Amino acid sequence: MTNDLLLVAPLLAALGSAIAGALAAGRATAQRVIGVAGAGALLTSAVALVVHVHATGIATTQLGNWPAPFGITLVADLFSALMVLVTGVVALCVAVYAASENDARALGAGFFPFFHVLLMGVCGAFLTGDLFNLYVWFEVMLLASFVLLTATAGPSALRSGLAYVSLNLLASAFFLVGVAVLYGVAGTLNLADLAVKLGQPEAREAARPVAALLLVAFGIKAGLFPVFFWLPASYPTAGVAVSALFAGLLTKVGVYALIRVFTLLFPLQDAGGSVALVAVASATMICGVLAAASQAHVRRILSFHIVSQIGYMVLGLALATPLALASAIFYVLHHIVTKTNLFLVGGLIRRAGGSEALGELGALAVRRTGLAVLFAVPALSLAGVPPLSGFFAKLQLLRAGLDAEAFVAVFIAVAVGLLTLFSMAKIWIEAFWGEAPENAAPDPTLPRGAVFASAGLALLTVALGLGAEGLWQLANEAAATLLEPERYVRAVLGARS
Amino acid sequence: MSLAVALAVGVVFAVSLRLLLQGTLWHLLLGLALLSHGTHLLLFAAGGLVAGGPPLALEGALAPAAGAADPLPQALVLTAIVIAFAVLAFALVLGLGAGRDAKTDDIDAYGGDRG
Repeated sequence: MTNDLLLVAPLLAALGSAIAGALAAGRATAQRVIGVAGAGALLTSAVALVVHVHATGIATTQLGNWPAPFGITLVADLFSALMVLVTGVVALCVAVYAASENDARALGAGFFPFFHVLLMGVCGAFLTGDLFNLYVWFEVMLLASFVLLTATAGPSALRSGLAYVSLNLLASAFFLVGVAVLYGVAGTLNLADLAVKLGQPEAREAARPVAALLLVAFGIKAGLFPVFFWLPASYPTAGVAVSALFAGLLTKVGVYALIRVFTLLFPLQDAGGSVALVAVASATMICGVLAAASQAHVRRILSFHIVSQIGYMVLGLALATPLALASAIFYVLHHIVTKTNLFLVGGLIRRAGGSEALGELGALAVRRTGLAVLFAVPALSLAGVPPLSGFFAKLQLLRAGLDAEAFVAVFIAVAVGLLTLFSMAKIWIEAFWGEAPENAAPDPTLPRGAVFASAGLALLTVALGLGAEGLWQLANEAAATLLEPERYVRAVLGARS
Repeated sequence: MSLAVALAVGVVFAVSLRLLLQGTLWHLLLGLALLSHGTHLLLFAAGGLVAGGPPLALEGALAPAAGAADPLPQALVLTAIVIAFAVLAFALVLGLGAGRDAKTDDIDAYGGDRG
């Protein structure tokens, strides 16, 4: 009973706020209240879920009381629960930011209802225990993201939106083909049941092409090399709050799906990791960071850094040792908080300096000391400077890499870290130091709620860095659960397996 | 029958790929439509094709008679069709708007975000 309620609560919180928001269409104040309160409810239910899962182990519920593997199962292991939790944190901060930064017209046009539909899709993807249901949640999330992207983007919205929609349709087709073949091979789509069926050598052999199909599908969604080009082309065109939400959550849903599939269905840990995936991860890190170095627009630089950071997370998955997987989980959680905040600060920079092009910014450190601090915290964390959260995430990942003797990948990870610092320093020097541009826009006051949201995330980054041990402990437990698929199977299918 | 359907899926995918690579707006949209059709056909065929065996349970029986078709792929396909329909409708509107904005149907001229 508790399980049922706790697992469904995050989805209901998001769905309820979306419906309430849609009913209050056109009323900006009501939208603000519903938007923030809904995100708060999501965060609260996520906290309850994490506490419950941490105390009692994997929680499951069978929707409609159809027993697994016939019905749709919702499952929360510690990894899923932590992902829902960080989704709640990001949701609340972005909601506060959007409520204070967006004008009444944008809010009246329906920002928050779609915002909550997107959150519902994200949480559903984290909680589902069924592969086809995962596809459905992906589509819920993507349809909302299409609307948010095209409704908030500037003049080139329709055109960059078209590329985004087409690429996502292509990825969904890959995913669905993989689902079809997998059903043909195993006759089930319940993840736990699949894990059992694919345990047979002949079924695993027959399902091997599916692993490739799912890798491509989730790789496109996560922004892996060589299929990441849609990401930097679309994210910077969206509105600030929308791009922060996308940057924090959407690609990480792809990473989550990769981790789930390659620990449960096609366990890399049995194969001692994957050289091919290590190579892909390394190429992703390098390409992202080099492309970022050539950009001169705040949020475009940050978008390319999403790509390079995805490489770190996938590297952790590819090495497939307990330490590597735990560091990948820690990295995902740290990255969602940090990256969302960087995009929010990017929006504040645009407001304070009147532009996002580095050439048109300058001397913000003098005029806006507080903003400089807000930028410096997540930027240094992203680059991995101690004592912030990014340092601990990178440190553990490097340790895992050295343990697994993946020396080339470790070297690349260190070099990419330095280049990330270079990129962040570039934004710092161009935007915060130097001469103020001649035709600088007069300083509008920064919306207080937006600053508050960004400061909250910055504090969290510092807290995750100084108090990394607590989260590291949780990440280790989550990784241990992932590496023992039998526990997941037993929780879903009961003792009969 | 399986072979015929498999060949049909292959042809549909091949045509859609060709259309996607044409570089004009209408080819792109048609290609996306065909791509999802091909996927649906594959999904439908994946559960095994049965002719004349509706998945209905006779009165009093707990399960359909042996040799009945598997109903699950049909349910999956229906769901997927609805989703693909919605996404395609959205893509169509986006495409129309983008084409009107750029005054050309050459996708390469759209350029996305170059700033």
